[in-house]
Amino acid sequence: MALPVSGEAMGKRDILYMTDICKTFPGVKALDHVRFGLREGEIHSLLGENGAGKSTLIKVLTGVEQKDFGTIMMDGKEISPQSPIDAQNSGISTVYQEVNLCPDLSVAENVFIGREPKKGRHIDWKKVNERTREILKDFDLDINVEERLDNYPVAIQQMIAIARAVDVNAKVLILDEPTSSLSAQEVKKLFDIMRMLRDRGLGIVFVTHFLDQVYEVSDRITVLRNGTFVGTYDADKLPMLELVGKMIGKDYDSLEAIPKLTNTGKEYKELLRIEDGTTGEISGINVSIGEGEVTGFSGLLGSGRSELARLIFGADKKTKGKTFIKGKEKDIRNPLDAIKNDIAFCPEDRKKEGIVGDLTIRENITIALQSKRGLLHKISRKEADEITEKLIKDLAIKTPSADQKIKNLSGGNQQKVLLARWLATDPDLLILDEPTRGIDIGAKAEIQKIVVDLASKGMSCIFISSELEEMERCCSKMFVLNDKKIVGQLSGDEISQSAIMKQIAGEE
Amino acid sequence: MITKTKSLKVENISMIIACALFVLMFVAGSAMYDHFGSVSTFLNLFNDNAYLIVVAVGITFVLLTGGIDISVSSVVAFTCVFSAFLLQRGWPAFIVIPVVLLVGLLNGFLIGYCVQVFHIQPFIITLASQFLLRGMCAVVSTVSIPIENDFYKAAALSKLSFKVGRANAKFYLYVFLALIVVFIAYYVLKYTRFGRTVYAIGSNELSAGYMGLDVKRVKIGVYMISGFCAALGGVIFSFYTLAGYSLQNMGMELDAISSAVIGGTLLTGGVGNVWGSVIGVLIQGVIQTIVTYQNLNAWWTRVTIAALLCLFIVLQRIISIRADRQKGKG
Repeated sequence: MALPVSGEAMGKRDILYMTDICKTFPGVKALDHVRFGLREGEIHSLLGENGAGKSTLIKVLTGVEQKDFGTIMMDGKEISPQSPIDAQNSGISTVYQEVNLCPDLSVAENVFIGREPKKGRHIDWKKVNERTREILKDFDLDINVEERLDNYPVAIQQMIAIARAVDVNAKVLILDEPTSSLSAQEVKKLFDIMRMLRDRGLGIVFVTHFLDQVYEVSDRITVLRNGTFVGTYDADKLPMLELVGKMIGKDYDSLEAIPKLTNTGKEYKELLRIEDGTTGEISGINVSIGEGEVTGFSGLLGSGRSELARLIFGADKKTKGKTFIKGKEKDIRNPLDAIKNDIAFCPEDRKKEGIVGDLTIRENITIALQSKRGLLHKISRKEADEITEKLIKDLAIKTPSADQKIKNLSGGNQQKVLLARWLATDPDLLILDEPTRGIDIGAKAEIQKIVVDLASKGMSCIFISSELEEMERCCSKMFVLNDKKIVGQLSGDEISQSAIMKQIAGEE
Repeated sequence: MITKTKSLKVENISMIIACALFVLMFVAGSAMYDHFGSVSTFLNLFNDNAYLIVVAVGITFVLLTGGIDISVSSVVAFTCVFSAFLLQRGWPAFIVIPVVLLVGLLNGFLIGYCVQVFHIQPFIITLASQFLLRGMCAVVSTVSIPIENDFYKAAALSKLSFKVGRANAKFYLYVFLALIVVFIAYYVLKYTRFGRTVYAIGSNELSAGYMGLDVKRVKIGVYMISGFCAALGGVIFSFYTLAGYSLQNMGMELDAISSAVIGGTLLTGGVGNVWGSVIGVLIQGVIQTIVTYQNLNAWWTRVTIAALLCLFIVLQRIISIRADRQKGKG
């Protein structure tokens, strides 16, 4: 069961201790008597599904939001941060998911702006650069500190953000989803740095969606659910299955309960076929998509799986090749052609390419249907209401009403609205690029279930995901890509994580 | 891992091109017309455009934060009219000048306050200010008021004259005032926390806040600087014309903005510097001089500047798109 939050007994001092934290937003109790303790020199993962309250807890701790009730003790003194700067002055630094630095300024300036060393009255640029070089040496970064920040990849920018955060005399470092845009190798490097900082005595709060990463670096884990405190555990004494159970509040079995389409062994009629499809990005593509089938495009990031989806949807210009739909050759040159042929595409980056944050759920859902029908055939309010209500119910979108602005929903629910948008157009083929990225386990399972259900009702789906496990669960056919080419095809019972990995690695 | 790459910044490339363009146009003008290629012509670019340099420097601060200020032309006009009006009533120059500078500062403060505290779009609030001050000019006087104050006359006429070869060249003292403003602005932007915060806000305002920078104060500050520089530009302009007229300098805010853009300042903020804006002003001056020599309608100046502006904006985009591509490959 839950260990006592306080760590005095372990010999390490509690540096931060939050008790009885409550926070209410209009209509929602975001935090309900939550506690959280952080020791010196530990990496402490804060976990929970979307809406569990971990973002709110972090916001309270960093002064972005103010608590309604409760106490925060930092280094033996009660604090009540009113702003991020306030928190920073108390020794709490945060590196957010989106790197919060200035892209146009130099690396060195990003580390020192606001606290520059001065010579007389003016900024001593030489010293700024020298001291930045010294600091970055600790991080094993040998880069030109006078270069603009945005000339470096996100992973390096993040290291620089951490360097800044630590250098402002932080005792507590909060890393909010730091790994979501990093490659495996970059994640490893980040973890090395986190361990190095821990060994120096820093307390690190690690917020993430990736459970295997939690086990790689964490000393302890705190789980929140629905705004309440579930428990704090030693990482090595809590198996992952149990952790997932605590996060979603039900057994892991409910995840497994999704029927595997692969077992049906059914023959599918062909819906769409690409012959020798070639764009600027990928070449020599031959794929066939069955009616009512879930087809997976698998491969590493950058393998060409998204480019293949874009080829089918006409988003990338085709230089060679033919598209056949239901046996007839079709000329799909742009996304509008694809939409007219009942193909729908849910892109990867939902914030950038998908949702329109300031519009309501109803408007977000009907926007694609309206463009398919043409501007002259306005969808009546009554029809829009009917469509929206039905889809909100079918997909179990959690919202007080269809008039809610979509930006106020959680990530998982936003994704469902996007799904609903394309379902409203009643497509024959639905392409989903990373539909479950960045959303919590419960919502992931729901979306997987929705996809499988849709297919069983006759809609074809193309499913693209980095998580082989969910690909294995959902797909009945799979194309494996590597280096912008299709390197293999699996179907039915052949589909397994090890088989996919072998094909990517080019074995057999 | 990338190590020690040295790539040209967008602002540097724009500035190099702007400098090259200036030299090219000056040389071309000299080849085409007698008397053009002289020190005198070069110095006249400063004599005739000193006020615009000051205004452009002020507006550069606002542009660097990603904002915009289209009230400056009206501030210039109001400064001239109001100064002429007060001087006509017998107010001494040493009171009139601080008063009009204060008006510019106050106007800038009100704009900055509305932008920062009420989150009003800078375009709209400075448009309102533009209308207000232009209207106030007419309230003060609809006819041109001559300035006959001794100090103003002295300021208008004090100059350094010297002979270069056979020609006479002159350099008015108020140009020094403009150059001092440029140097101070350069120093502030490069060596003070206020200046660096200006860039940080233009680059990413949210981040600037998270990094503990005083976004609120600096954002109000840049509009005050712009208002102050516009008023100072107005004072220099009244030295230059020795009159105040309510309809003068219509559309001049766009000259200031286009100078900054031609000099490499991005309207999205975060990139640019005051030297670029100075060169932008000089380029416009050269175009104007060529148009005069060619005996063309003055509107040709605008046509040429429009073409240049398009060229520069497209160029900036191409450079930054190419930079992005290279980063993608790296």
